[in-house]
Amino acid sequence: MKNTKGFWGFLIFAFAFYGISQLLMVMNIIPYHYVNTMVFIAINIILAVSLHIVIGVTGQFSLGHAGFLAIGAYVSAIMTMKLQLPFFVALFVGGTIAALAGLVVGIPSLRLKGDYLAIATLGFGEIIRIMFLNIDYVGGAAGMQVSHLTTWTYAFVCLVITIVVIVNLTNSSHGRACISIREDEIAADAMGINTTYYKVAAFTLGSFFAGVAGGLYAHNFYIIQPGNFGFIKSIDILIFVVLGGLGSMSGAVIAAILLTVVSTFLQGYAETRMIIYSLVLIIVMLYRPQGLMGTSEITSWFKKKGGKSNDNRTTA
Amino acid sequence: MEWIQQLVNGISLGSIYALIALGYTMVYGIIKLINFAHGEVFMIGAFVGFYAIRGLGLGLFPALLLAMLVCASLGVIIERIAYKRLRHATRIAALTTAIGVSLFIQYVTIYFRGAQPEGYPDVFPSANFKIFGVSISSQSIFILVVSILLMIMLQFIVHRTKIGKAMRAVSHDAEAAQLMGINVDNTISATFAIGSALAGAAGVIFGVYYGKIEPLMGIMPGLKAFIAAVLGGIGIIPGAMVGGLLLGVVETFVSAAGYSMWRDAVAFIILILILLFKPTGLFGKNMREKV
Repeated sequence: MKNTKGFWGFLIFAFAFYGISQLLMVMNIIPYHYVNTMVFIAINIILAVSLHIVIGVTGQFSLGHAGFLAIGAYVSAIMTMKLQLPFFVALFVGGTIAALAGLVVGIPSLRLKGDYLAIATLGFGEIIRIMFLNIDYVGGAAGMQVSHLTTWTYAFVCLVITIVVIVNLTNSSHGRACISIREDEIAADAMGINTTYYKVAAFTLGSFFAGVAGGLYAHNFYIIQPGNFGFIKSIDILIFVVLGGLGSMSGAVIAAILLTVVSTFLQGYAETRMIIYSLVLIIVMLYRPQGLMGTSEITSWFKKKGGKSNDNRTTA
Repeated sequence: MEWIQQLVNGISLGSIYALIALGYTMVYGIIKLINFAHGEVFMIGAFVGFYAIRGLGLGLFPALLLAMLVCASLGVIIERIAYKRLRHATRIAALTTAIGVSLFIQYVTIYFRGAQPEGYPDVFPSANFKIFGVSISSQSIFILVVSILLMIMLQFIVHRTKIGKAMRAVSHDAEAAQLMGINVDNTISATFAIGSALAGAAGVIFGVYYGKIEPLMGIMPGLKAFIAAVLGGIGIIPGAMVGGLLLGVVETFVSAAGYSMWRDAVAFIILILILLFKPTGLFGKNMREKV
């Protein structure tokens, strides 16, 4: 009962937020480059949440998320630029192909654990990047021209769908199965949970949303290059999840908002940004290895999220 | 004779990988941590060598020694500051910290000297020797001699000295070793020092061989060396050497066959195949998981 109430509350809040932001944009109160930042924040939240389902909920350490982002970006770009399909079809197809790739990568590699899984997914991410680097159809290292199609509406709708799906999944029995794997895989296995099934399912779902984010990402710029989807991009996404709290979705969302705003301000100082990122990563891990929010949040989730988003709207 | 020539090139590249892989494997063997910052220690080694030759006017061997010394201290400092607290933390926390340290070293280096590459000074007489119709550069021989010497020294340290015995004991069972009166902290520091010194040496010989260094040069060789360590069986010292040499040779042949763009992908494919079919590596034994 409480859950459904929260669900409708969230939807009403989301649409109110969207209505107000759209109104402000139409009235030109929010200038164009802030709109761009907001789209970027939405994309980063989708990425953070899609990795959260893999690392935070299921406890599988993946370092190759940028690979699925790349697949979504390139596939959707091919759909719109080469096949002239509408944008929402391209987003969906991009997500689906990324999910398929996630399935193909997940089935063999999720037999691995811990560090080995991290390195294997890192390897897969790099292989995907090198593949795009070598396919002339998508422009190789020079990259591919993409027209600017991502609007605030697209980004926001995708964001809401992602959050609704992942929250509902986390609160379902499937989600609890995933959490039990995170807490203790051997015990979960002993309790009769099909660990491989849930690990692969979480991985595939995470890849799907990463692919959708990739589609939005690609159509938010005018060109995509394999270099955008390297190891560093995976780390960028990882930082959202790790900083926000491993197992806390609102934590991941808040971290994504905060860090996107910070990195927008530090755009001209790439080295400084990376030094700050790495220091934050080290210090948080040393003094609060469970992340800033830990796994706690669920109870006052909607209030916290609302407050943060409002704050962000006024600052961003 | 073409392929013998490639084999020599592959072994030269492979011995660089092997030197870095030794550090990975030793650290993993003792604290079960993938020290992501190891590739950056390698990079720092290359730069220390560069500044020692350019700025201080040292010869090649003093520069090599200085780089090893600086890297050994850097390794110990990294361990003391970043990893010591995390010995009983989760794997995700430890690995994330290691990635953080790696990024930190890269971007602090860029912050202080910029990202532009640097040409390595030509300190080593360049000459080609003809042996059975195969021409071998003096640099290749230099790499090979230095790495073999370092590996022999490492074998000596690990198997013939007291600290080596302590290292083997701690890697076997840290708690039992502590009960036997071994200072585990010091042993771990020594492991980091030795592994990092080898990476520093690898950095200098990399600079001499390829003639160009830059602050982000540690990433790829670092990952490749890690793959080499996994290939040979992580935690096993001879495994790292064999894995490094093997990977270097495979990579050189892939490049020679005209697929140089796919070189890095091949290394990762090897890694994934090894992880899937023999996760303990070529030299590893299967171990049952303790519940």
